[in-house]
Amino acid sequence: MSDTQLSPSAIARLEEIRIAAESAIDKQAALGPDVDITRFKTVSEQQKIDSLESLEKQVKETVIHSGFMADESDRSASYFQMDRTPIYERVQKAFDDAIEIMSTEDALRLWPEEMLEKYWWRAVMPDKDKYTALVALHQTEGYFIRVKAGRKVEKPIQACLFVSESNVSQNVHNIIIVEDGAEANVITGCNVHVDVKEGLHAGISEFYVGKGAKLTFTMVHNWAEDFSVRPRTGVIVDDDGVYINNYVLLTPVKSIQSFPVAKLEGTNSTAVFNSIVYGLKDSHIDLGSEAQLIGEGSRSEAVARTVSLDESVVYSRGRLIGRTNDCKAHLDCRGIVQSPNSTQWAIPDLASEGAPGAELSHEAAISPIAAEEIYYLMTRGLPKDEAVSMITRGFVNIDIPGLPDVLRKQIDKAIEETSKEAM
Amino acid sequence: MTSDTTAPLLDIQDLHVSVGDREILRGVDLTINEGETHVLLGPNGGGKSTLLNTIVGMPGYRVTQGRVLFKGVDLAELEVDERARLGIGIAFQRPPAVRGVKLRQMLEVAARGELDDEAIATLDEELNLGHMLARDVNMGFSGGEAKRSEMAQLLAQMPDLALFDEPESGVDLDNIAVVGGAMNALLKGEGRISERRRSGLIITHTGHILEFVNADVAHVLYNGRLACKGNPLDLIDEISSHGYDACVECKLCQTLS
Ligand SMILES: Nc1ncnc2c1ncn2[C@@H]1O[C@H](COP(=O)(O)OP(=O)(O)OP(=O)(O)O)[C@@H](O)[C@H]1O
Ligand SMILES: [Mg+2]
Repeated sequence: MSDTQLSPSAIARLEEIRIAAESAIDKQAALGPDVDITRFKTVSEQQKIDSLESLEKQVKETVIHSGFMADESDRSASYFQMDRTPIYERVQKAFDDAIEIMSTEDALRLWPEEMLEKYWWRAVMPDKDKYTALVALHQTEGYFIRVKAGRKVEKPIQACLFVSESNVSQNVHNIIIVEDGAEANVITGCNVHVDVKEGLHAGISEFYVGKGAKLTFTMVHNWAEDFSVRPRTGVIVDDDGVYINNYVLLTPVKSIQSFPVAKLEGTNSTAVFNSIVYGLKDSHIDLGSEAQLIGEGSRSEAVARTVSLDESVVYSRGRLIGRTNDCKAHLDCRGIVQSPNSTQWAIPDLASEGAPGAELSHEAAISPIAAEEIYYLMTRGLPKDEAVSMITRGFVNIDIPGLPDVLRKQIDKAIEETSKEAM
Repeated sequence: MTSDTTAPLLDIQDLHVSVGDREILRGVDLTINEGETHVLLGPNGGGKSTLLNTIVGMPGYRVTQGRVLFKGVDLAELEVDERARLGIGIAFQRPPAVRGVKLRQMLEVAARGELDDEAIATLDEELNLGHMLARDVNMGFSGGEAKRSEMAQLLAQMPDLALFDEPESGVDLDNIAVVGGAMNALLKGEGRISERRRSGLIITHTGHILEFVNADVAHVLYNGRLACKGNPLDLIDEISSHGYDACVECKLCQTLS
């Protein structure tokens, strides 16, 4: 982008972001193992495609695990990024005037003043740590999705960030704007090609939920065993807005550390975080969420279910910060450790900052399935392994709104396999 | 596995059972033939539930002597689920709540997956399951609801031997009739295709359930053994007027060795 047509304030803002990022490029994150970001080159360019059907068969099969369908009949819009290139962006006809979907860099080119003023590094700070700095300085696209005011789009919008090479870092910057009174259901999958081993995904996501708007954001991660993942997510919710975050991780990963923050600035705004996490092999998983209850009447709930096996280490965090008298929030995190070599931490964190009326609570538990429950099912004729898998499935089967069937089945299958393994 | 049609359905021989290091059952002998319904009486803590839990194979109930044969098979060789599939079913006194597993799923499991919507509707109608079907089994169920849910699971399973642990305790008068109706349907095969009569063993303190279910004989479990047996209603009368201590000495009881 040439700076010539930009206003002085926009130029100053870009400069401010750059300086902040440069100051943080060596700054270790507060949580999670440190990743040496200098080891990776940035992802390469790829060929654009005209149809998702023309994706390589193996790619299609991989992405379907995160709910991304090459057949778009049940989708309102799609974005597919291969390595650094947005190879496919399309809004289905019926939603042409309701949805905008493109790469964030295109959005910045199209509406630089608006983007810089309202959305570009406004919900996540570029100098938070080295990963935000990396994206700010070496961004490799990312998706921009806007749902227009008043448009309630039920059919999911799908976005996929795919990595096909080893030893690279994909540094995406995503922005979703759900304007006043609009509704959107976004399913995003992050996937890597079956042959990919090492790599880094640094993903900045900034979501803006307007007045009376609702965003259901479902993310299914499907990483490689040697992949490091550092998403940084900030969500700002306006009056009566609702943000629902569903997160599913069912495959091994080298390490992931993510701690999305929802700022409930609006009156009666709501944030809900649901997560289902399977810790497999030697995955290091550090996940949580923070809700800042700022607007009067704001509400939040976080439900996390974690099953850990093998040598996995899982941290399940949750932070609620009450900053207004009339606010209420609850954390519910439960874990089952199914291997003697696995470790789980449940770390709930509550704070009332000058809000005597704030009602914040949590329930955290790590415990095995009670033998009594297994035997109860067995007295109805179910073999032990099936009883364990049924109860485990029930344990993680939290009511996740907007979860597509294919994902539900995927979760069931993963549970089936892992609970057999655990016997 | 051998199964001898002339052998009793359930044959308990000199059964000794310990829980922890306490011996609860000290030589129980009991035979139940196909089509018979027996009643088990006895004071609180006497070991009635222990006997049922031992038959179904719940962990923690250690058989130290004697054996239990079902259809001629020594149950010691079988896991809990294998016993169930061989034809033993139980309605627990206090079933555990299982988070995330719905009553509907329990019914499907009990019926070995052969339960269509119509069959579920029939059970619902019979036992007034309503909203319980979609709830986590026993999670927050009232006392009476839990009993109806247990009964529904037994009806879905249709075991050859049904063990009922205090099916009427905590159940209101209207619902006793509902539970009793279900037990009858199970034991007498009423309205069902199967001609074969099933067998039952019912633990009761009050005998109220016997207004709805005919039982052939009652036993009193006392001091770890079946101290006497007799007509169910007569025995309950005797116990309610004179207590267990007197009952096991009385003339109503057919003498045991
Ligand atoms: N799982 C267990 N753990 C510890 N003790 C047990 C267990 N099961 C039974 N017991 C003990 O064994 C004894 C017999 O208990 P049981 O439940 O069989 O009695 P019951 O005859 O069914 O009594 P009630 O009429 O009160 O139901 C009691 O002292 C009880 O506390
Ligand atoms: Mg009992």
